[in-house]
Amino acid sequence: MIAGHRNHATWWAFALHRISGLTLAVFLPVHFQVLALALDGEVVLDGALKWSDQPLVKLAEAGLIVLLAAHLTGGIRLLALEFLPWRNWQKTLVAVVAGLSAAAGLLFLLNAF
Amino acid sequence: MSEVIQTRLWLAQRISAVVLAVCVGIHLAGIIVAVQGGLTAAEIIGRVGGNGNLAMFYGVFVVACAVHAPIGLRTVLSEMTNFEPVSVNGIASAFAAVILLMGLQAVLGFLGLGGG
Repeated sequence: MIAGHRNHATWWAFALHRISGLTLAVFLPVHFQVLALALDGEVVLDGALKWSDQPLVKLAEAGLIVLLAAHLTGGIRLLALEFLPWRNWQKTLVAVVAGLSAAAGLLFLLNAF
Repeated sequence: MSEVIQTRLWLAQRISAVVLAVCVGIHLAGIIVAVQGGLTAAEIIGRVGGNGNLAMFYGVFVVACAVHAPIGLRTVLSEMTNFEPVSVNGIASAFAAVILLMGLQAVLGFLGLGGG
């Protein structure tokens, strides 16, 4: 259960930034390893790309896109909080982060299927 | 760990974040465009292979990742686990080395593929 004092948009923004950061960190070596398959020849990389063509894998990739966009936009929000003078519009940045991340995921899905 | 080192890590995290903000924005746009019609090895190698400008871009991207991700991992481990500071620093340093070596291997590998 999430304690009442934590059930707040900015706490969820913190949690999402942490979860997305950890997930992307784990994914990075996998991503590099798949790219390195190209060095063994096109056929080897094509095997991995064919595997990634399955609908469930594409959905998982869309999830990664959402997390990447959320970490990007959430990170820009943090930089704005830390380095810019406080302005009221910064309160709405959490909603902007959520909207842009969802949009990135949807755009990916529209193009991937 | 001394406050000076903590402050430098915090600053390195923020500087790498600014670099990554640009790189990730470009990368996301690239993914969404490139994934249309499906991906093939020939298409990827044809676009990236042997391209010095893209190798420079992805090289900067990899180095920024190798700075940013391990510092974040270090923060999470020190705040959310009971690991000793020496272990946390060891894990973060090893992770930085893995990201840097694997990333640069991929970048240099594609550069060497010479235009598909």
